[in-house]
Amino acid sequence: MTYKFKLSKWQLFAWSTGLVLSAPLFFLLFESLQGNSEVFSHLWDTVLWDYISNTVLLILGVCALSSVIALPLGWLTAYCNFPGKKHFEWALMLPLAMPTYIIAYVYTDLLDYAGPVQITLREWFGWQSPSDYWFFDIRTLPGAIVMIALVLYPYLFLIFKTALREQSFKLVQASQLMGLSPTKSFFKVSLVLSRGSIVAALALISMETMADFATVSYFAVSTLTTAVYDTWFGYYSLTAAAKISGVMLLLLFLALMAERFSRRNQAVFERQSGVNSEALYILKGKSAWLATAFCGTVLLVSFVIPIAVLLNYAITYFEKAWSAEFFNYAWQSLKVAGVVSVITIALGVFVVFYQRIATQSYPLVPGRLASTGYALPGTVLAIAVLLPLTLLESSINNVLEPYNLDIGLLLTGSVFTIVIAYVVRFYAIAHGAIESSFVRISPSLDMASQSMGKSQGQTLRLVHLPLLRRGLLTAALLVFIECMKELPAALLLRPFNFESLATHVFQYVSDEQLELASISALSIVIVGFIPLYFINRSMEQHT
Amino acid sequence: MKKTLAIALGFIVSAPAFANDVVNIYSFRQPFLIQPILDDFTKQTGIKTNVVFAKKGLIERVKREGKHSKADLVLTSNFSALIQLEDLNLTQTINSTNVNANVPSAFRDGDGQWVALTKRVRNVYSSKDRLGALPKLTYEELADPKYKGQICTRSGKHPYNLGLVASMIAHHGEAQTKTWLEGMKANLARKPQGNDRAQVKAVKEGLCNLALGNSYYLGKMLQDEEQKAWAEAVHINFPNQTDRGSHINVSGAVITKYAKNPENALKLIEYMTDNKAQNMYASLNMEYPVKPGVQLSSLVASWGSFKEDSLPLDEISKYRPLALKLIDEVKFDL
Repeated sequence: MTYKFKLSKWQLFAWSTGLVLSAPLFFLLFESLQGNSEVFSHLWDTVLWDYISNTVLLILGVCALSSVIALPLGWLTAYCNFPGKKHFEWALMLPLAMPTYIIAYVYTDLLDYAGPVQITLREWFGWQSPSDYWFFDIRTLPGAIVMIALVLYPYLFLIFKTALREQSFKLVQASQLMGLSPTKSFFKVSLVLSRGSIVAALALISMETMADFATVSYFAVSTLTTAVYDTWFGYYSLTAAAKISGVMLLLLFLALMAERFSRRNQAVFERQSGVNSEALYILKGKSAWLATAFCGTVLLVSFVIPIAVLLNYAITYFEKAWSAEFFNYAWQSLKVAGVVSVITIALGVFVVFYQRIATQSYPLVPGRLASTGYALPGTVLAIAVLLPLTLLESSINNVLEPYNLDIGLLLTGSVFTIVIAYVVRFYAIAHGAIESSFVRISPSLDMASQSMGKSQGQTLRLVHLPLLRRGLLTAALLVFIECMKELPAALLLRPFNFESLATHVFQYVSDEQLELASISALSIVIVGFIPLYFINRSMEQHT
Repeated sequence: MKKTLAIALGFIVSAPAFANDVVNIYSFRQPFLIQPILDDFTKQTGIKTNVVFAKKGLIERVKREGKHSKADLVLTSNFSALIQLEDLNLTQTINSTNVNANVPSAFRDGDGQWVALTKRVRNVYSSKDRLGALPKLTYEELADPKYKGQICTRSGKHPYNLGLVASMIAHHGEAQTKTWLEGMKANLARKPQGNDRAQVKAVKEGLCNLALGNSYYLGKMLQDEEQKAWAEAVHINFPNQTDRGSHINVSGAVITKYAKNPENALKLIEYMTDNKAQNMYASLNMEYPVKPGVQLSSLVASWGSFKEDSLPLDEISKYRPLALKLIDEVKFDL
C-alpha cells in the first residue's frame, strides 16, 4: 500500500479556521521578536516574579473556588430533588451575565471601611477607628479570587451539569446498587466520568482569569496582565508586552497539554442517547434543607446582592443615569453578540467534527490554534487583531493605488473589526463546549451511519447535530453573554459613534462612578437573561 | 451557509456616512466631560463631532491605521500622551495665531505639534481634623518618617503620578528620587489603589491623613451629593510654594498627521483654547484654564493663587521611562 497525501475538505476548513483565528497571535509574536529586550530584563530583575506568582495564585484560587461552588451545584441539580431545584437550575447561571468589574465594584462599595457593612458593625460594637477592629480587606488577592470565581463558576456548573445529564444513568445506578453513598458516588463515578468536561471548563475559567485586567487593577493586584499593560503604555514597548503575552500563553498550553497527556488512554462514550431528567436521589429532611441553603447562598452572594445594589443605584440616581439612547446601545450589543455567536458555533462544529473524523496527523492542532485568542488581555487582543487587518488593508490599497482607488479602512473602520475580534476571543468557549459534548457521542454511531452508506457530511447533519443540540445551545449562550459583557476590545476597535451597553458603562466605571451607569449595567444583565431563559426552556422541553 | 454568512456580515457592516463638516476625535477623556463643549462648538460652527473614547491603546490605533486613519484630532488627559504622539511622528503643526495668542508658550510645543487645553495641579490633600492646612508642605516631605502610615495614593504608575515622579527626577536626579520613593512607600497607609477620589474618601474614613490627588477632583466631588462629605473632610494644599512651585499636568490636543479634516480640527482647537470653552472647562470640570485671564470657577478661585513649577513639560517627559523604572525597583505598587 502506498501512502497518498490527500487533503480533505474538512481538513482544509479546520486548518484555515485555525490559522486565520490564530493569525493575530502570530503577528503579535512576530512583533515580540523585533526590538530589544531591555525592558523585559528590567522587569525580570524587579517585579516580574511577583506578577507571576500573583497570576498563578489567582488562577489556582479561582479554579479551586469555582470547583467548590460549581461541582456540588451541578451534581445536585442534575441528580437530586430538593425544594427549589427547578428554579435554581437556571437561576444559578445568572451570574454569568454579570461583568466581573461590576461585581467587584459593588462588593468594594459594600464591604470597605465606608460601606454599610462596616458602618453597621461599628455602630453595634461602638468601634471608633480602623485600628479598633480587624475586618478583611476586599481589595486583595483573595478578594479578587472570590469576585472572579463568583461570576465564572457558572461555566463549570453549566458544562458539568450538561455532562452529567448526557451521561448514562446506569453507571450511577450501578454505584447505588453497589452500596455507594451519594457522596461517594459523586467522587468515584460522576467526577471521574466527567473529568474531560471539568478540565475543559476550568481551562476556560483559567484563560478568562488570565485575561482579566479590570478587576485586578481595581483591586490593586499586580498580575502578568499588569505587566503587559505597564510595558506597553508605560515603557511604550509593544514588543516587550507581546513577549509577556507569549510567556502567558506558553504557560497555559503546557498546563493543558500536561492534563491531556495524563488522560491519554481514557475515553468515555455515551451508550444511550436519551437524556435523563428524572432525579436519582430524592433529598429529604436535613440534606434537602442543606442543598437548598447551599444553592440559595451561592445565588444570593453571586447575583441577588449585586443586582439589589445596582437597582438601588439606578433608583437613587435615575435622573442622572437615564438616557434615551439605551435602546440603541442595547441593540448594538445584541446585534454584535448574535452574529458572533452564530459564527463561532458554526466554525466550532466543523473544527470539532474534523477532530473526530481526521485520519491525518495532529487533528487537535487547528482547534488549539483557533482557541488561543481567549487568554490574551482584551486590549492586547484588539491590537493583535489590528496588526493583520491593517496590513491587509494597506496591501489592498497599494494594489489599487495605480488605478486611483482605495478601500480606506473598510475593515478596521467598521463594526467588522469588533466582530472579528470577538470571534477570535470567544471561539475557545464555543470550541470547549462543543468538544465536551462531541466526545460523548459513541464512535459506534459514526460507524453505523457509515455502514448505511452515509457520507461524513450526512453523518454530521443527521446523527451528530441532533445529539449535540444541548451542547450547541450551551455554547451559543456562553458566547452570547460574553459578547454582551466584553469591554476592552470593543472600546478600542469601535468605529465613531458606536456605543454598546458595556462601553457606556465603562466611561463611568473608569471614573469610579458606577452609580451613573447603573441602568446600563442592569441592562447588560437583563439582556443576558433573555437567551438564558429561552435556552433553558428549550433544554427542559426536549428531554 | 455562505448566504447566511453574507447576510450576517452585510447586516453589521454599515459604513458610517461622513459629511464634510465634521471633525473626528479620538479621545482619552470621558465623553461626559467634553460633550458640553463639543455640543457648543457644533452649535457655533455647524461642524459635527464624532468621538471614539478609550483609555488605552488609541495611540497604537492611530499608528496602525496610518495614512487612512479617520482621526483628525486626539484629545489626551496628560502631557506624556501628547509628547508620545509627537515622538511617533503622528502629529502635524498647529498653525494658528489665535491659538498662539490664547495659550502661553510654556503650554504648547515649540514646533506647534501639540497644545495644552487645561492645567491640573498635583495637590496633596490633608485631613482637616487631624492635620489641618499645610501651607509649607513639599512633595519631598512625603518621604519624611513623621508621616509614617499616613499617606494614601493611587497606583504609582498612573500617568499623573508618573509625571510627578519624573519631575522629581528632573529636579533632584535619579538616586535622590529613588530614596524619596522608598521613603514615601514606607509612609503609605495602604497599598496604592483606587483613583484620586478614593484617596480623599480614605482620608475622610480615617485610614490616612494625606492623599495625593489632582485639583479638579475636589471640585467634582463637592458637586456630588454623596461625595461632598468626603471632600469636606480635607484641605487642599499646593506643595512646594516656598521653592519651585507645584507640579502641573495638562490635558491637551494634537491634530493627526493624516487628518482628513485638518481645517475643522484647527477650528476646534481654536475654539477650545478661547474664552467660552476655557470658561466651560473651568466651571464644569473645575480645571485651570490655560488661557490667562479666563475666570476660574468660584470654588477653584477660593483655593487661592499659587506658584507653578515652571520646568517645561517636554523636559519632565524625558524622565518618564526612568520614573517608571524606579517605581518598579522600589516595588511601589506591590
